[in-house]
Amino acid sequence: MATDLHYSDALITGILRRVRTIAMVGASPNWKRPSNFAMKYLQEKGFRVIPVNPRAAAAGALILGEKACASLEDVPAPVEMVDVFRASEAALEITREAIRLRAEKGFEVVWMQLGVRNDEAAAEAEAAGLTVIMNRCPKIEYGRLWGELGWGGFDSGVISSRWPRPAKGNGRAG
Amino acid sequence: MSEDETQTPASGPGPDWGFETRMIHAGAGPDPTSGARQTPIHQTSAYAFHDADHAASLFNLQTFGFIYSRLGNPTVATLEERIASLEGGRGATCAASGHAAQVLAFFPLIEAGERFAASTRLYGGSVTQFSRTFPKFDWHCDFVDTEDLSAVEAVLAQGAKALFVESLANPGGVVTDLEALSGLARAAGALLIVDNTLATPWLCRPFEWGADLIVHSATKFLSGNGTVIGGAVVDSGRFDWSASGRFPGLSEPEPAYHGLKFSETFGDLAFTVHSHAVGLRDLGASMAPMNAFLTLLGTETLALRMERHCRNSLAVAEWLTGHPKVEWVSHAGLPTSPYRELAEKYLPNGAGAVFTFGVRGGYEAGVRVVEKCELFSHLANIGDARSLIIHPASTTHRQLTDEQRAAAGAGPEVVRLSIGLETVDDLVRDLDQALAAA
Repeated sequence: MATDLHYSDALITGILRRVRTIAMVGASPNWKRPSNFAMKYLQEKGFRVIPVNPRAAAAGALILGEKACASLEDVPAPVEMVDVFRASEAALEITREAIRLRAEKGFEVVWMQLGVRNDEAAAEAEAAGLTVIMNRCPKIEYGRLWGELGWGGFDSGVISSRWPRPAKGNGRAG
Repeated sequence: MSEDETQTPASGPGPDWGFETRMIHAGAGPDPTSGARQTPIHQTSAYAFHDADHAASLFNLQTFGFIYSRLGNPTVATLEERIASLEGGRGATCAASGHAAQVLAFFPLIEAGERFAASTRLYGGSVTQFSRTFPKFDWHCDFVDTEDLSAVEAVLAQGAKALFVESLANPGGVVTDLEALSGLARAAGALLIVDNTLATPWLCRPFEWGADLIVHSATKFLSGNGTVIGGAVVDSGRFDWSASGRFPGLSEPEPAYHGLKFSETFGDLAFTVHSHAVGLRDLGASMAPMNAFLTLLGTETLALRMERHCRNSLAVAEWLTGHPKVEWVSHAGLPTSPYRELAEKYLPNGAGAVFTFGVRGGYEAGVRVVEKCELFSHLANIGDARSLIIHPASTTHRQLTDEQRAAAGAGPEVVRLSIGLETVDDLVRDLDQALAAA
């Protein structure tokens, strides 16, 4: 697993605060799959997650209450973030699609999941003005930065003596 | 989009925070509900669910949160994050004792009928656990002299899935060549598991030398006041559980969680999630929240205490070296120690505070020195603010055979000291009168 990718907490926090809707490419209807775990968690945190899964879309399936789309083309705008839950090799094509549809859909961020890394895709996306995160899980990062990861005994790397006011509404700043 | 600063999660230097800062702050911000600045003792057995779906998410491991304190508790989790941070690991799992932590460490790794290897230079209780009790689980340990690297290579080639060593070995004075051993383990597709109890992460950080897991008895220097029984297993997050197919507990579907594969679903969190969700769930040796709280208090002063422990211990060791009734002193900080070079490499902040010396007059003299002490406490523990003394051959290493005792550095003439934080001249005076009377 690549360890030489460094993203500041401020960058990740900014993305997770700004983004409202995520297109999750590779979201599975099978509740035991990691993508389904991540989708459910992100929904609980107030994100809308649109699953992109051609097979599920062809069957007219709902995944966690959301209609599956066949491609990024079919995702209803606005969507700020594309979450690539596919193999690293597939990330280039998905990223190029995201670049092409960027203005139409409102994409700002291409996020590749933990274990997914495609430097060529990242370079193209960054050249097109998109923010790119690779080899990270938005669920784990949300948990880490919002104080839940430590509940599992993990080092969040977060230290603060400030006592934040409780969040209003869905738990994220609005 | 409003930018309400109060809701921004913390985003400071992150992994760049210094050790002393992390020993006080890691894992422990103000309590979200009350603002309590010290970590509350969450003395509760169970936790409410928001609704049925939340309960299902927790039981399915789909979300972070608490169900039942056997599996996890907020006070214990704070200590787990603290220890993980100090060791530079991904995550930690606390346990009811250091011995429970050792069972937890091996539990996901070793299937019935499989083997691991361990150094001959271990705490006697670990030797007994590995050689007497583990075989009842059909787990088998091959003991090996870890200073003989070809012997280590041979035992790893025979199928040992892990190599277990102590960084600074009990009863003392022995430093293990972690870098050499982690290289051999890696080449064999095995894990290096390091008991870092005597060193603590202030003196030695085994993950920086290639270790995969670290275990602790939190009873010792981490808590530091002789108040608790506790343990921890820390995961580096670096071992690839799926690469070899040798670790099906982490890489293959887990029937009790609907066929979930831990390594696929949780990536580098897999070991620690498994240790809570399967290990503590079924072995049940969980740490009590009060013990976690006391250990958290201990970690806040760890570096300060270890500095003084080390300074006092070296002064006592130097004094003993010149004493006519003392045959030898085994302290890795002494210039005469064969482990001096390894100590400088692995323990740059000090060579620890637990060491041994040999009394002229053998077993009887060893027992007498212990009994004559006034300030040193005669008891079976180490890593207390109080100085402690014991005769291992008649106590901690009593269950071992003569050969095992000799290999462990616990022969008949050996006295073990755990040097505390008292005035060092008082410690010397007490030993002086005890040696004179012995």
